[in-house]
Amino acid sequence: MAYEEPITDYDHIVENCTCAFCGSNCDDLDFLVKGNHVVGVRHACRLGASKIMEDEDQRLKVPMMRDENGELQEVDWDTALDAAAELIANAVRPLFFGWSETSIECMKKGLKLTEYVGAVIDNQATICHGPTVQAVQNVGYPLMTLGEVKNRADMVVYTGSNPMNAHPRHLARYSVFPRGWFRQRGRFDRTLVTWDPKFSDTAKMSDIWVPFEENGDYGFCNAIRAVLKGKELKEDVISGIPKQDIIDLTEAMKNVEFGALFFGLGLTHTLSKQRNIDIAIQLVQDLNAYTKWVLLPMRGHFNVNGFNIYMAYEMGFPYGVDFCRGYPRYMIGETTTVDLLNRKEPDVFLVIAADPGAHFPGGANMHLANIPVIQIDIHWGPSTELADIVLPGTFIGVETPGTSYRMDSVPIHMKSAIDPPETCREDEWIVNELYERVKKIKEEAK
Amino acid sequence: MEYILKNGIVYDPTHNVAGDKKDVMIKDGKIVDNVSSDAKVLDVTDKLVMAAGVDVHAHIAGPKLCLGRLYRPEDSRAGLVAKTDITRAETGFSIPSCSATGYRYSRMGYGTVTEAAVPPLEAKHTHEEIMAIPNIDVSPLALFGNNWFVLQFVKANDLEGLAAFVAAWLKLSKCYGMKVVNPCGSEAWGWGMNVHGIDDPAPHWDVTGREVVRALTQVNEMLGLPHSMHVHPNDLGHPGNYPTTIGTLDAVKDIKKNPNVIRDQTIHCTHLQFHCYGGTSWRDAKSGAAPVADYINKNKHVTCDVGQVTFDETTTMTADAPMEYDLYKLSGLKWANKDIELETAAGLIPIIYSPKAPVNALQWAIGLELFLMINDPWQVVLTTDSPNAGPFIRYPRIMSWLMSSDRRTEMLENEVHKWATKRTDLASLDRVYDWNDIATVTRSAPAKILGLEQRGHLGVGANADVAVYDIEPENFDATKASNASVIEDVMGRAAYTIKDGEIVVKDGKIVKVVPSRHMWTNVTGFEEQEKKVLEDIMPMFNRYYTIKFENYKVFDHYIDPAIEFKIDAGK
Repeated sequence: MAYEEPITDYDHIVENCTCAFCGSNCDDLDFLVKGNHVVGVRHACRLGASKIMEDEDQRLKVPMMRDENGELQEVDWDTALDAAAELIANAVRPLFFGWSETSIECMKKGLKLTEYVGAVIDNQATICHGPTVQAVQNVGYPLMTLGEVKNRADMVVYTGSNPMNAHPRHLARYSVFPRGWFRQRGRFDRTLVTWDPKFSDTAKMSDIWVPFEENGDYGFCNAIRAVLKGKELKEDVISGIPKQDIIDLTEAMKNVEFGALFFGLGLTHTLSKQRNIDIAIQLVQDLNAYTKWVLLPMRGHFNVNGFNIYMAYEMGFPYGVDFCRGYPRYMIGETTTVDLLNRKEPDVFLVIAADPGAHFPGGANMHLANIPVIQIDIHWGPSTELADIVLPGTFIGVETPGTSYRMDSVPIHMKSAIDPPETCREDEWIVNELYERVKKIKEEAK
Repeated sequence: MEYILKNGIVYDPTHNVAGDKKDVMIKDGKIVDNVSSDAKVLDVTDKLVMAAGVDVHAHIAGPKLCLGRLYRPEDSRAGLVAKTDITRAETGFSIPSCSATGYRYSRMGYGTVTEAAVPPLEAKHTHEEIMAIPNIDVSPLALFGNNWFVLQFVKANDLEGLAAFVAAWLKLSKCYGMKVVNPCGSEAWGWGMNVHGIDDPAPHWDVTGREVVRALTQVNEMLGLPHSMHVHPNDLGHPGNYPTTIGTLDAVKDIKKNPNVIRDQTIHCTHLQFHCYGGTSWRDAKSGAAPVADYINKNKHVTCDVGQVTFDETTTMTADAPMEYDLYKLSGLKWANKDIELETAAGLIPIIYSPKAPVNALQWAIGLELFLMINDPWQVVLTTDSPNAGPFIRYPRIMSWLMSSDRRTEMLENEVHKWATKRTDLASLDRVYDWNDIATVTRSAPAKILGLEQRGHLGVGANADVAVYDIEPENFDATKASNASVIEDVMGRAAYTIKDGEIVVKDGKIVKVVPSRHMWTNVTGFEEQEKKVLEDIMPMFNRYYTIKFENYKVFDHYIDPAIEFKIDAGK
């Protein structure tokens, strides 16, 4: 890698900023600011730094609406907001999706709007850690904050995730490398294990790599549980792993002082879906009969967990909540976004801080192409191509302060370092403005 | 706005008013002794009038509540109520959604609730939930009993440093007082272990529960915090644990109370029912209520709340995480856990208290024994440790049990397992609570125990938090077993709940929604010491927490609106 000169051309430093990228929510970043731009970021990983520094890249700066030729054209804020409010007010089955990259403060306004019009509100968990939440509802959830791992863990297992690429500071800041109170030698005091069919960058640096075969996760966890319970394994090779390796690994896991299992979408989205997580959780519960074990899902967006927490405390359900009957309903497969879209139920779709255009299955996106879509975001993306009205928001944690919840549910107040572009508006303001305008339309119609 | 509540039957134990027919006058959110002719008259002739209820211990807001809601959608579905023009939709039975929590307390005539366990690292979460709860003011208690800094100060016997640390941490977490849960036991849970008794040290720390409780109680009195040490002793829920309980209470007997506080106690023992078990295992378990009640009757430095089991399917949640794992081993139901770095642990598990189950019947009877064996109602408070022994909406049902020994006999004979009769003395206790006792254990005593001068009574200058119930105490025989359901019904839906001079509930329905206030204690006079302590601990903080100190504190916008209790510790 080429040597990069340190950045010296900046006006001032804003310390202890929080990264608005992944669920690690690193809150130790220093932003180097010059002329209302972040020109450098200290301590962040490349993913976080590039998101923060290149915030102008493909930035949505003005409200836009499609003209009669189907082209997005700049309009003023009032026109765009009124048109969006009109759509929402007249919708029969509006669906408000996203929220994982905006603040809790904005979600509050969003829920208010949802309750008022009787919409469905949902976030990215519906397509990422939704099966995890299902499994948690089946069998329980023994977790911890990340500092517990840093201070105590002598074995760390990653499965179905590759933090070296996806959460690059996870090992360095929380789990493996840092010196903890009871682990003063940091990395040397811990055993790092990766269970993954791929020889990922995380596997490459692990002490033990368990390459079970694809879709072999359930069988592998099941075999460890069987060994833990003193059962004889009947086959010599299970999920591609020799029997003796499983027995040895089980023994090692039993004999640590504090073990932590981190799992990602590689576990939630292979063949057995939530059943994979069921058995992983039960494995950790079983291990607690011998020693201390905890687990944590590797959440992706910096506030995807925040939405689930927020909805749980306000309305008792974590995601996919339908208010059409005046009280909240949560039924996976019924009130979740992709299922609603596949059934072609929604007639207006509001997307905020998410990119369904890039991530939803084709059938769901086909329906989105046929109904009015309102987008609130800071960057141009595939969803902008589907959008009929575009409302440019601001960058939480850089331009606008707000609350987020880390993957381990630690709440963090993310401060701002620079001013947002003059033509953009805060997400919270936009959603509240939609609420006020929808309310006006509905009340006038009464 | 001025109000006059006319001709009610008033119970105000703080001022020795027990069933007098009199008017209660309200002006500008306070109780006054006269109002102008413009005052709105509320005719409450012959109806029961009390100050609004005060809950000394419940779990209503914060990370473990939220985890409970997230992993128990079946509980959320058990309490669905559609939105109205005034109220939002409600969900949840044992762990209601935030707005449901506020509405339900308000409907019972309550105005103040203590959130009993706040991990400072996640205090922002607790305050966010309090912001979402309407109609009750909330006094959160921060967890200190397994905090590593506390363990270090205790080990070094540095009480001055510990006092400064506590003062600083109450400011950072914006909490009202101190809570200790299974001191040293929750730290041991960091290794999957527990401590047994108050003299068993936490692994690696060489500090015992006794030392932690003593040091923090001394600090509590040194600072003169409005509320006393609020302790959940070691060995919760273990047969044979009552000596640990008495030992914990006795460990602080010699500590002098700060002269500036209105409370009488130096230690408040919470959900005492879970700490009064005799025997050696669940096979031979029996009540240990008598010796504990006897200790409390002889010692004025102690108050308690009961944590009465109500025979419901509920969700247990506590910072006593090893105990939750014990429950998981017993029941095998879905177990959740949440350890908090450097501070505490927490666990959750659903539980079904059945009247036919011997252990549950025993627990139920022990709770009632405590109510009836502790002579002075000012020393005992009605709680269910909501939602641990039952959800708070069952308070009216507990009142009906306390007011009628006939009803209790009926239950002992027909409804609950015989352990309740054979292994406790409940059957021999024919004491009944009158309305004055009920007002004491649900209002006056908890307000005094919490050090809240302006709550829990109807004297001039008190907050105008008033509850009126649709029952005529003079024409109603509460001791009749058949009237138990009437008590439960009327006490569960106040005719009026008035919060700070505004009517929020009328005829059991929410008519107005007001924001709850966050009550917190600001200790002054310790600034120099606090600064020094923060400097001293900062290297450890920076190295072992995973969050920056600047981002750790609860910012002011999370506690809007707030009530600040300024304490001059230098006095």
